[in-house]
This record gives sequence, structure tokens and C-alpha cells, in this order.
Amino acid sequence: MTEDTINNKTPWQDLTIGGNIYTAGNAKEFKTGDWRSSTPIFKPELCKQCGLCFPVCPDDAIPVNSDLNREDFNYDACKGCGVCAKVCPFKAIEMQ
Amino acid sequence: MGIRERLSGNEAAAIAMKQINPDVVAAFPITPSTEIPQYFSTFVSNGQVDTEFVAVESEHSAMSACIGAESAGARAMTATSANGLSLMWEMIYIASSLRLPIVMSLVNRAVSGPLNIHNDHSDAMGVRDAGWIMLFSENNQEAYDNLLMAHRIAEHKDVMLPLMVCQDGFITSHSIENIELLEDEKVKAFVGTYHPEHYLLNDKEPIAVGPLDLQAYLFEHKFQQGLAMKNAKKVIADVSKEFEALTGRKYEFFEKYKMDDAEQVIVCMNSTAGTAKAAVDELRAQGIKAGLLKIRMFRPFPAEEVATALKNAKSIAVLDKADSLNGAGGALFEDTISGMYVSNIHVPTVNYIYGIGGRDTTVNDIKKVYWDLQEISNTGNIGNPYRYLGLRG
Repeated sequence: MTEDTINNKTPWQDLTIGGNIYTAGNAKEFKTGDWRSSTPIFKPELCKQCGLCFPVCPDDAIPVNSDLNREDFNYDACKGCGVCAKVCPFKAIEMQ
Repeated sequence: MGIRERLSGNEAAAIAMKQINPDVVAAFPITPSTEIPQYFSTFVSNGQVDTEFVAVESEHSAMSACIGAESAGARAMTATSANGLSLMWEMIYIASSLRLPIVMSLVNRAVSGPLNIHNDHSDAMGVRDAGWIMLFSENNQEAYDNLLMAHRIAEHKDVMLPLMVCQDGFITSHSIENIELLEDEKVKAFVGTYHPEHYLLNDKEPIAVGPLDLQAYLFEHKFQQGLAMKNAKKVIADVSKEFEALTGRKYEFFEKYKMDDAEQVIVCMNSTAGTAKAAVDELRAQGIKAGLLKIRMFRPFPAEEVATALKNAKSIAVLDKADSLNGAGGALFEDTISGMYVSNIHVPTVNYIYGIGGRDTTVNDIKKVYWDLQEISNTGNIGNPYRYLGLRG
């Protein structure tokens, strides 16, 4: 079973017992960012790519590309804890 | 033709577990179930079983370890009693909702307080709505036999529910009675090997167990659990028939003792059924048409079958060894009369709370119930339907 075959319209006959999920790596399908308490805004013009923000993110909300540069926030995962904004020396992250 | 032995109920349960030889047993010592894990750990130490014995720090952990083991694909068992079961309570629901066919030996005794360690059914009644199959046992033989049938029932693909086998604390658990054991190899063949369809340690199919199950899903999953419980009836009947063919010992949803022409009928569970049989025999000798209906399968509750079995009675007493403290009768009483009502069967029925905290219930006590039932039959007057047997005052 995958997330494509089970959703909130699926009749009980087609649900797996105990809500078991028979596919791996499915946590990324679960968008926890929808209960984000506040929103970090990335200001790339102030960012020096120092790399301090993404290691402190408790989730996976700051994507890092193959050049090891951070990109804009992944709001599907961000809870708005503000740790990244606190750690940024250049005020490149503003909490709203 | 079996092995003739004499064992306590605890020994019988432990030997059943030895013959089943589960992959994991996780248990915490609590009286009077203590002896079961104690005997079993001896079997482990002596190399008589292959089981991984997990000596946990609490009953909550015992059930948690069973859940982990069963999810991983192992066959897991535990044993507990009274407040031990209370401490498992949270995980009892997790086990059934994750559809893990864990098997437990439950030695019934009072949930304190005030502090009491003796037999009644308040522990089992506390989990009657938890989604576990519950089989009750009159004596050591039935406790043993029910355990041998347990995995076949619980692990059936149409069921996949945990199962507890109940026996009365001290009265059964510590009394040594004759018993007929099955040979080890026959048990092994009957119980078989557990091959779960999905399990955590299957590296060919990585799965998630127990995920978040919010408003869109829990309702349907609970319905599935209820359906599995209904399915269990047929599986229990089938497995019991197969067991009868193997051993000659007949097990049904309930035992009907001298019920064919019975007018005054008692409904009860566990060891009290033995006492009631003696009372029935004595009363029958005096020409009183006494009968007994002993519930073996309490969950799922055979509501329709019980109602049908009781339809020709003139008066009925349901004996509850736990007070639901609701002012409206005990759990077995409620289940019995609601089953009768739904089947449109209306026989004067009263409830007796009895034997609380290990209070002895004698043949004479049971005979008094039958005499009360005669009075109800004769006068048509139920009087107080919520009665207490042997209460001082």
C-alpha cells in the first residue's frame, strides 16, 4: 500500500490492519509544516552561506544543495521554532 | 492417550507455554501469576525452550516488549495478574489495535484497593473492552487447553488479535488437581509455527507499524477490530473442534451443564462453575431442575447463542465476580441480558455480585441462588435485580 492508494476516502475494506504502512521512507509524505507556529523568512541578500543554520534545524526544513549552499525553507517540514533565526549572525532569517 | 499429571493452575499454564515454546516471553513478577514466569524462566535456564526471556522492570514494559517482539515477527507471550494487568492497561490497547496476536495467561484476582490479593474478576473486567479475546477456564485443565488453542485462534488471518486465557487466582492457580497433558510433539504439531504476513524484521518489505491514525482513519480501524472479533467466533469454534479431535476434550463458546430441561439457570465463569455443578447435582437429586451455563468465551461475547441457550429457562441468575459499581449490575449480567433483549427473549433475570476479594463461595451459597430463582419462578416477582451473594448485613 502506498499513500496513493490510501487516503481519507478509502473505505474500511481497503485499509491495512492497524494502519500499517507497507512502504518504506514514507515520513516525508507527512506534511508536518501545517501546524507551524511562526514562519521564518529567508533573506538571501543578507546570507553569507556560513552554514550555521541548517545543522541546528531540528527537522529537515533547510534544504542544502550540491554546492553546500542553503536554499529557501521547506515549509512542509518547518514548525517555526526559530532556532535558525537565533543562530544566524547576519539577520538573514526573520521570524514572522 | 495423553500424560496423566497433577499440577497447579500456574504449573499447567507454564507447561503449556513450555510446550508452545514461544520466541519471546516478557514478564514481571506479580502474585499469584509470579509462579508462571518463574517456572518458565527455569525452563529457559535448563534449555528446555528456545525462548528469549525478557525480565522487564514493570508490567507496562512487559506488554511493551511483547508488542515489540510480536511486531518484529516473533511469537510473544506474557503472564500477569490484577494490578499487573492494570499497569499494562495502556499497552493492552496498543497490542490489540496494532493487531498483534500476543497471548497472555491472566490469573484473575482483585484490583486493589483497599489492598487485596485474592481472587475475583475485577482485573479482567477492566480490560473487557480492550479488544482482546478472553477465554475463561474452570480449572487447570481448561487453563492448559485454552492456552494450547490460543495461538491458533489469535494468529488466524481473519482474527489477528491478542488473546488472554483467564483462570481464578489461588482457587485454580495454586490448587493442585489432576490434569491430562498432551505430548510435546503433538502440541508442537497442533500449535504450528507462526508465519506473519507482515513484520518489522522482514528486510524484503520495510514497513511502519503504529503510525499516526487521526480523524480520517481511526474509526475504520476500530471497525476492523470489531469485525476481527466477530470473525474470531468461527475460528474459536473451528480450532476447538480440531482440539477435540486431538484430545477428546470438547470446548464450545460456553458449557451447558444439565441445561436440556433446566428451569432455574445460573450463568457464571471460571472456578465457580465447578462449585455450581456440585450444587446442580445436589438440587437435581432433590428434583429441582437446576442448570448451569458456564461462559468460556467472554470476548467475543456469544450474545445470540447465550440468549438462545437461556430461552427456555424460567428464571436466571448471572453471577459476576466483579462489581461494575454502576448501580446497574455486573458486566456478565449486562452482556447476558442485552443479548437476550436483542434476541427478543425475556426471562426473569437477576444479578448476583459474589466472591469479591477472594470471599469463599460454597456449594450452599450457590444453592441459595437456585432457591431464590425458584422463588422468582413461583411468584413471578423479580424483586431487587441487583443482588449480593453472602454480603454481611
